[in-house]
Amino acid sequence: MGWMVEASTSARGADKVFLVSLGISVFFLVFITALMIYFVIRYSKKRHPKAENIEGNAWLEITWTVIPLLIFLSIFYYGWTNFDYTRNPPRDAMVVNVLGRQWAWSFQYPNGKVTSVLYAALGKPTRLDIRSADVIHGFFVPAFRLKMDAVPGHVNTTWFEPTRLGSYDIECTVICGVDHSYMLSKVVVVPVEEFKAWYFGGDDAPEPGKGLGAEKSSVAALSAGVAEAPVLALLRAKDCLMCHSVDGKPMVGPTLKGLYGSTETVVSGGKERAVKVDDAYLKVAIQAPEASIVKGYPPTMPPAALSPAELSQVLDYIKSLK
Amino acid sequence: MSAPSATASTSEPSFLVDQGPRHGLLAWLTTTDHKRIGLMYLAAMVTFFFTGATIGIFMRLVQLSSLSHMMTAQTYNALFTVHGVIMIFLFVIPGLPAVFGNFFLPLQIGARDVAFPRLNLASWYFFMAGAVLAVTSLFTGGGPPDTGWSFYAPFSIKTGTNVTLAVFAAFVLGFSSMLTGVNFITTIHRMRAPGMKWFRMPLFCWSLYATAWVQILATPVLAITLVLVILERLFGIGIFDPAKGGDPLLYQHLFWIYSHPAVYIMILPAMGAITEIIPTFARRTIFGYKAIAFSSMAIAGVGSLVWGHHMFTSGMSLTGDMIFSLLTMIVAVPSAIKVFNWTATLYKGSIDFQPPLLYALTFIFLFCIGGLTGVMQGALAVNQHVHDTYFIVGHFHYVMFGGTGIAFFAAFLYWFPKMFGKMYSRAWAYAAWFPIFIGFNMLYFTMLVLGLEGMPRRYYHHLPQFDTGHVVATVGSWILVSGLLILFGNFAYALFKGKKAGSNPWGGPTLEWTTASPPPKENFATIPTVTGPPYVFPVEPRP
Ligand code: HEM
Ligand SMILES: [Cu+2]
Ligand SMILES: [Cu+2]
Repeated sequence: MGWMVEASTSARGADKVFLVSLGISVFFLVFITALMIYFVIRYSKKRHPKAENIEGNAWLEITWTVIPLLIFLSIFYYGWTNFDYTRNPPRDAMVVNVLGRQWAWSFQYPNGKVTSVLYAALGKPTRLDIRSADVIHGFFVPAFRLKMDAVPGHVNTTWFEPTRLGSYDIECTVICGVDHSYMLSKVVVVPVEEFKAWYFGGDDAPEPGKGLGAEKSSVAALSAGVAEAPVLALLRAKDCLMCHSVDGKPMVGPTLKGLYGSTETVVSGGKERAVKVDDAYLKVAIQAPEASIVKGYPPTMPPAALSPAELSQVLDYIKSLK
Repeated sequence: MSAPSATASTSEPSFLVDQGPRHGLLAWLTTTDHKRIGLMYLAAMVTFFFTGATIGIFMRLVQLSSLSHMMTAQTYNALFTVHGVIMIFLFVIPGLPAVFGNFFLPLQIGARDVAFPRLNLASWYFFMAGAVLAVTSLFTGGGPPDTGWSFYAPFSIKTGTNVTLAVFAAFVLGFSSMLTGVNFITTIHRMRAPGMKWFRMPLFCWSLYATAWVQILATPVLAITLVLVILERLFGIGIFDPAKGGDPLLYQHLFWIYSHPAVYIMILPAMGAITEIIPTFARRTIFGYKAIAFSSMAIAGVGSLVWGHHMFTSGMSLTGDMIFSLLTMIVAVPSAIKVFNWTATLYKGSIDFQPPLLYALTFIFLFCIGGLTGVMQGALAVNQHVHDTYFIVGHFHYVMFGGTGIAFFAAFLYWFPKMFGKMYSRAWAYAAWFPIFIGFNMLYFTMLVLGLEGMPRRYYHHLPQFDTGHVVATVGSWILVSGLLILFGNFAYALFKGKKAGSNPWGGPTLEWTTASPPPKENFATIPTVTGPPYVFPVEPRP
């Protein structure tokens, strides 16, 4: 089925362990359930009016202790070997630095290129050195059956070798704040030549993987439907849109829609006061956001670095969002 | 007077009738009667359970894509945190010991009360204080916590929400748990009726005994951890902060050193209750008494050494991964032993298929799914894929809800006539089973599948490929809840209008069935003398 695509060598290993343990589990479950139903019917008080008091049987106890133990231990061993594999990257793997932060992933390659989508070459091992800039995140690629947390103060390493072209979801799996479920990206697996052309092609080499669905990445899909005005591109480039929507939906921060001219309650210096949103207020709110926080929102916004020209563009744009 | 096995005198009023100087609510709030305290826990817990379930229903609604805008992401994150905190700390952890343990431990060992009746009341007040604090944390400070019930640092340190108070609530609840543990251990050691040797004790008492040790040994670790979180939030001591030389993984270790054993605190008494129910309705003695008693102790022991299986993707050392996975497989064995012994107890019985047995066997089925998915995710390669996905959410609902929750219902069905002296409608109890069973599996089996597909847990928003699964699960949640309402509606009706139940409506063999229903204040007119094992059939009819 589509959802069980195995796109890496590690996926194949994990699935084998999964299927074996699933088979054993189904057997146990069916066996116990069938036995229970059979006994309930066969020894119902109508069919079997006089019960026999059997207090136990040492051999049976030993049997059903030892057999499950051996089975469980072999599941353990099988699981361990296939896991160990994912924790020992080959020497020749390309090392990509993965950085998780609230709420986005970024990928840095040995030559310094930084992307928000992870590109990998088919059949070539890629090692991931995973770090976090703030809280714990979880780096998860279902199609690779691979997961590793990004923990502040630690560098966690895993690796994969893609076996199938395509674009696969990356999801954050450790609750990391309000937009945890939007902390998504893609792994795009491309043929080796295409990867090389991009990797060695300098700053303006076209991104690889067109036609693999990379451009329709889930992140982009979220904001689909919003016409991409130049100023919107600016807001996106400055990461404003990670926390503010332009369509009225509250996110980490208040929406920008209908903001101008409205009255808001802000908290500054521990006191609440009402302010009318005008140019002066917005300038401060954008460039020194910690000074006053809109009530009900976390004090997490960093000051945005905008040139005066950009700032006035942004203000005009906010005014236009009625 | 009557024979030793029939010691209730019909003339004595039941414990439900006020006998002290105080009356009404005041009499209840100052009682030291273990049975009344059990009922006060029951009232609180049924309330919490339905609150938690209602929150669950709302979370499920959000996952219907068309309704996803009914609340913000922040609200959703608060809801799963509150749902988890309520269900874990206010329902499943205290659940069976506090309600049925309090009520039936003294009755089953032939005592008049627990060892420290006033301490027992104090535990209830700690419990309620913790609950009040938890509720307060929702409406004060920075708003309800949004970290999940596991409060992982450093997010729990950095978030602006009211984590400090919520964590303090859990700290207070811990005291309730520890004090109950101390009380039960002392009661079991010191208060057994003459002739009740250790291996003549009903197995429910054995399970409470094993649980109580975990409660008093593991809960202090949680208390320390929670205090560290509070200090970190208030004073920035840095113990979990890498910038100051601390380590976020230390938090996870400390948290799970308690919280893994806590899952055994939840499940052991549930297993104990099931072990009471099966022989009664099979009309024969339990198969493998000692194996069941020892497996409880083994679960409590080995279960304290497997906490690291929550951290296989955290970047813990590979040696750690290996050892914790190995131990996890070993701890599955005593649970399997119990399942085999329960099944064997049906063999050559003379089975009376009453509602408590139906729910008890349902427990076995659902618990097997919970346990077996546990073994699957204990295998490292599989864990790496399913960790922190809906597979985990499905798994722990099978264990905690399908296991402990259903066992709670089974125990309630079994002991209800004893506790209140009334009988509920058996037809409605059977009827409620169908929606509960069907809804439960639609909801949680689908979650297992969603998890395999790659749906992460604690997600407000899901990717479109998961739409179908979420619809099925949500519809399942409606069916499940309608079953729960029938079940508890039936209980509520029986409380007022139920037919009178005799002292031993099921033909149960243990001591609680030898006294009146509901029992008199002092339990037994004369303390019984025990002359044999607990599960002896046929039970001699008493006058
Ligand atoms: C009608 C009943 C219930 C429904 C509909 C329900 C539904 C849910 C849902 C939708 C989640 C969140 C999944 C996510 O976003 O990751 C969840 C989490 C959880 N549930 Fe339930 N649940 C129910 C009953 C229970 C019971 C009886 C227990 C325990 C005895 C329980 C314990 C938990 C816990 C501990 C969590 C994890 C919270 C967290 O991630 O921090 N639930 N439940
Ligand atoms: Cu994240
Ligand atoms: Cu655990």
